Amino acid sequence: MKEKSIVLITGTRKGIGRYLAEYYVKKGMQVIGCSRSQSDFQHENYEHFCLDIANEAEIRKMFSVIFKKHKKLDVLINNAGVASMNHSLLTPIKTVHKLVNTNFIGTFLMCREAAKLMKIKNTGRIVNFVTVAIPLHLDGEAVYAATKASVVSLTQILSREFASFGITVNAIGPTPVETDLIRSVPKDKIDKLINRQAIKRFGEMEDISNVIDFFIKPESNFITSQIIYLGGIS
Amino acid sequence: MIELKKVTDCILNTVEEFNKQASEDQQLERSVDTPLFGRESKLDSLGLVNFIVAAEQQILETFEESVSLADEKALSQKNSPFKTVSSLAQYAYELLKESE
Repeated sequence: MKEKSIVLITGTRKGIGRYLAEYYVKKGMQVIGCSRSQSDFQHENYEHFCLDIANEAEIRKMFSVIFKKHKKLDVLINNAGVASMNHSLLTPIKTVHKLVNTNFIGTFLMCREAAKLMKIKNTGRIVNFVTVAIPLHLDGEAVYAATKASVVSLTQILSREFASFGITVNAIGPTPVETDLIRSVPKDKIDKLINRQAIKRFGEMEDISNVIDFFIKPESNFITSQIIYLGGIS
Repeated sequence: MIELKKVTDCILNTVEEFNKQASEDQQLERSVDTPLFGRESKLDSLGLVNFIVAAEQQILETFEESVSLADEKALSQKNSPFKTVSSLAQYAYELLKESE
């Protein structure tokens, strides 16, 4: 019998992360999710950890538990992120710290610890989340886009550092999807953004899982360091 | 209960595992006195990174604890814990005791 794939997804309490957790459970994978608070998603193939992804001690504890229980990790999907739409002149430093901690430090810690587990089997897939705000240089998103741009660099450099361990590192940059993350953004801003896409519509959850499916399938072992933006943005 | 001897054996096992994949000029002697860092070490900078990662992995497999050997404490210590197999074992032992 084929061994069940172990998939770790961050930010699974709601939105895209929740969708991905349910999606990969349905595909027969063992999904491990995490978020700051409890999740109401319950399934025999789903385990949830309550933690802050920027807290190194909490992260290490989770990876020790994953190792004890599963002895391996096949896929890491770094979905967790926080956004803040604000003119830079009106952005408090506390907001900047929050975005850097979650979007960059959290992603880095997860990649580092995941790679240590993946290295055991000499194979693994890491998918990071970036944003179309990077190539579109969206005003009002300076800090958010900058923290996500750091994830682009991280993805591209880690792909080289982890290549010899059989681990690929790629990223997806979704267009706006109707989730909590963009609820606070004025409608005219979103409409303007969508108008800059080649294909002018909101992203769907399926658009995201489609790209992740491609990145994580075994045949994609020659695909690394790639950033795929949805909707025809480049 | 964590014992220093068990941690030392774990690092010595890392030497064996490391040697399987290391190039001929970076083969290490299975001894507590083997230098890992500094002029006397056979390891280059990437070799040291690979050794530390291999040691973390060996510790995870043996003690089921994830430790980060290259933390700030290690990098700021006057006498680097990466100096020899025995100093690394001592340092890993202290980290494991802390997380006990």
